[in-house]
Amino acid sequence: MAKEKKGVRLEHISKIYKDPKTGKNFYAVKDANLEIEPGSFVTLLGPSGCGKTTTLRMIAGFESPDEGEIYLGDEPINALTPNKRDTAMVFQSYALLPHYNIFDNVAYGLKLRKMDKNVIKKKVTDILDLVGLQGMENRMTNQLSGGQQQRVALARALVIEPGVLLFDEPLSNLDAKLRVSMRTEIRRIQQEAGITAIYVTHDQSEAMAISDKVIIMNKGLVEQISTPQEAYYYPNNQFVADFIGEANFLKATVDAQDMVNINGSKVKCATGSLAVGGDCNVVLRPEGASLSDTGMLKVKVVYSCFMGPYQDYHVAVGDTLVKIQDYNPKNSKIYKVGDEAYLNFADNTLYAL
Amino acid sequence: MAKSQSASLDRKKLLGDPIMVTTIVLLIVFLTVFILYPLAILLVDSFIGDHGLTLDTFKRVMDLSNFRKAITNTLKVGFVVGIASALIGLLFAYVEEYVKLRTKFMGGLFKVVSMLPVVSPPFVLSLSMIMLFGKAGIITRFLLKIYDNSVYGFWGITIVQTLTFFPVCYMMMKGLLKNIDPSLEEAARDMGASRFKVFMTVTFPLILPGLGNAFLVTFIESIADFANPMIIGGSYDTLATTIYLQITGAYDKQGAAAMAVVLLVITLLMFVVQKYYLERKSTATLSGKASRERMLITDKSVTLPLTIMCSALALFVIMMYICVPFGAMFKTWGYDFHLTFKWIKLVFTKYKGLKAFKDSFVLSLIAAPITALLSMIISYLVVKRKFKGKGFIEAVSMLAMAVPGTVLGIGYIRGFSGGLFGSGILQGLYGTGVILVIVFVVRSLPTGTRSGISALRQIDKSIEESAYDMGADSFKVFMTVTLPLIKDSFLSGFVTSFVRSITAISAIILLVTPSYLLITVQINEFAEKGSYGIACAFATILIIITYGSVLLMNFIIKHFGTSRRIKVKE
Repeated sequence: MAKEKKGVRLEHISKIYKDPKTGKNFYAVKDANLEIEPGSFVTLLGPSGCGKTTTLRMIAGFESPDEGEIYLGDEPINALTPNKRDTAMVFQSYALLPHYNIFDNVAYGLKLRKMDKNVIKKKVTDILDLVGLQGMENRMTNQLSGGQQQRVALARALVIEPGVLLFDEPLSNLDAKLRVSMRTEIRRIQQEAGITAIYVTHDQSEAMAISDKVIIMNKGLVEQISTPQEAYYYPNNQFVADFIGEANFLKATVDAQDMVNINGSKVKCATGSLAVGGDCNVVLRPEGASLSDTGMLKVKVVYSCFMGPYQDYHVAVGDTLVKIQDYNPKNSKIYKVGDEAYLNFADNTLYAL
Repeated sequence: MAKSQSASLDRKKLLGDPIMVTTIVLLIVFLTVFILYPLAILLVDSFIGDHGLTLDTFKRVMDLSNFRKAITNTLKVGFVVGIASALIGLLFAYVEEYVKLRTKFMGGLFKVVSMLPVVSPPFVLSLSMIMLFGKAGIITRFLLKIYDNSVYGFWGITIVQTLTFFPVCYMMMKGLLKNIDPSLEEAARDMGASRFKVFMTVTFPLILPGLGNAFLVTFIESIADFANPMIIGGSYDTLATTIYLQITGAYDKQGAAAMAVVLLVITLLMFVVQKYYLERKSTATLSGKASRERMLITDKSVTLPLTIMCSALALFVIMMYICVPFGAMFKTWGYDFHLTFKWIKLVFTKYKGLKAFKDSFVLSLIAAPITALLSMIISYLVVKRKFKGKGFIEAVSMLAMAVPGTVLGIGYIRGFSGGLFGSGILQGLYGTGVILVIVFVVRSLPTGTRSGISALRQIDKSIEESAYDMGADSFKVFMTVTLPLIKDSFLSGFVTSFVRSITAISAIILLVTPSYLLITVQINEFAEKGSYGIACAFATILIIITYGSVLLMNFIIKHFGTSRRIKVKE
């Protein structure tokens, strides 16, 4: 339904802020190079203060980059004000106009474009249908629940058929259950509308659930751009591994291509382009290993707790503490604190950094 | 690392918005011409003589014994009034926030007291002070049989100013006490401290900076006050009245300018301390949100004396206001208490009351919407936008708060009587109603701006951003989003500015020409002559207008305002 899906390109984008305490300048975003495909759903993901929101606000035009150029489609947009950019944003606080009813909120952008009254009416009705708010046109914003308000915000952004849809942590004000259903909803509507979407969140599970691609940021730097699967299985560095899902890091040396030595035990592990003989950190996901009486790596259990779907263990590998989630514990032996056991790695789960 | 690109991009974005740029430029011109320029002219006047830079003018006025006396008088009055108002304000605030008020009557009293500073015209308390305690005062002469009591002088000014200004302190202290987390005091109480001990060791230290703040605010108001010292000062001259006399009596414009600079320096110093040190400190110690409701004091040995003290004071103040209409209706105050419409009739027949009413009303009514809109625009720019010159706009519009009316009046005389820099440009303004309207606007701008700023800070920034993002330009955003959301603040700015204008005197009295009759100027004239009946009649009209407009505003806000319908902050 969008007139035209547009891609977004950031070339060497940096944003400098002044630290209010020290008065020193620092990079809120440093040398970001992003290429966002038309029609794709891309998430900017990272802890608070990583520069994701700043990046989004630069794309929307609320902030101006200090270095680099932003392109919307093929057009450089650095000098355009937000109202002249073909973007629409869904805000964290919904930012509905409190003195208008739902219809007028959604129609606001259309009225600014001086559209015909009947056209506006049709478009607003259609879009409210799409987000599941049919018949609510005359309600005031404070008569809606948080989830409904967010749907209005989404409808309001969609109805002007922007080239790119921007989301600034749109679900963080909702409760956990609603968050899950709303994110599925957002993904469905985005695909139905076939629109380019850039989504900011600090919630990695949210990012994985809805994105074609995730852009993981930390301290102003882009750490990784990939599909969620790649980021999970083949993180670029410890930060990404730790941020996406849970990760244990085991100190090891690279024995040979795809073979590492952990605490004297040889283990199969993807080593990528790491040099043979060098030190490395092996990324182990908690669900990537199980405990048994025999196996590859000898460990000592220091914590054991039944969690329902899995048995939660902390085990000591030499000096390092490793978290293991042993799924379906009903079928396997339960180890107690103080027990000795062996770690067994599932195939294809280890990745060395 | 330089921020040059973003700065130039922001500039480009701003320039792409012609309405915004025009507004900013016009605003800066207005503030420069009508606030900065008159003050600068005063400096030029007093520092530059025939042979360039000189301190001669200052030496000359400092040699005047009445000027030196006026400085000490002013500071003395300001100091005592500041302390008294802050303490009485604290008492009222404490009673309201901490003591269980049993009756509706008490609640009503407090509400009236909090409204007084808004509706009170100048002189009113001075007039009634004279009528109650003066030589012919009802209380002194008829109840106490004292026939030669003098209310004029230090004590007269001090009492009247304290009663005029303490409600402001009360409102400030109320805000602070409300924000003290009750659990702090409960913890102290729990550890065994008595109520008095809790007050002295917990509550009082927490509000001490706020108390200092209230003191300074009152201090500034007191030394800038012109109306009360004029009426009740007698021979006890303060800076404001001395400056006035220097220009109207001695025709010494340069001397008056130098004196005005002295007054300005004092108020500015106080203002800077208040604004940038105490105001910040007074809120920094308080967390801002009370975790739960305070347990009110019900102990009779505490509540009784406190409430009696407050009600007595409040009733006294209210009585003083009521005294004025009666003054307009008694045949001869102090001698003949038969009711008569003589004075009111005289006002409208002999003394052109209708014209005074019309002139005051129309000029204020022109100034009010301009002030309200201007202050909303300034607050919008200050709170929501980033641009060069924002600091200037904010600073100058706040500066106007610290400039005493008398100083501004002298500045306008020196700055505009010969046109800008004596060049004849804008000379046409001088002596017209336009310059009176401009003075009204400048005098009310800081209050309006402050209320606009605090209203706008309540509004989530992203509401305006979302409108901007959907394609509205700055003008559209302001008209369709910002203004509707601060409608209440706009309306109250409108009324406050109207009331302030119609009750203004200090700057106006220096600039008004015989072609305009203003009510306040009339009151001053007749009170000085001792025609209290006429003065009271004029004052009564004024009270009715101001009180009526405030009532009307409250009615409108209640029924058509935004705040009831919408919750602004998400």
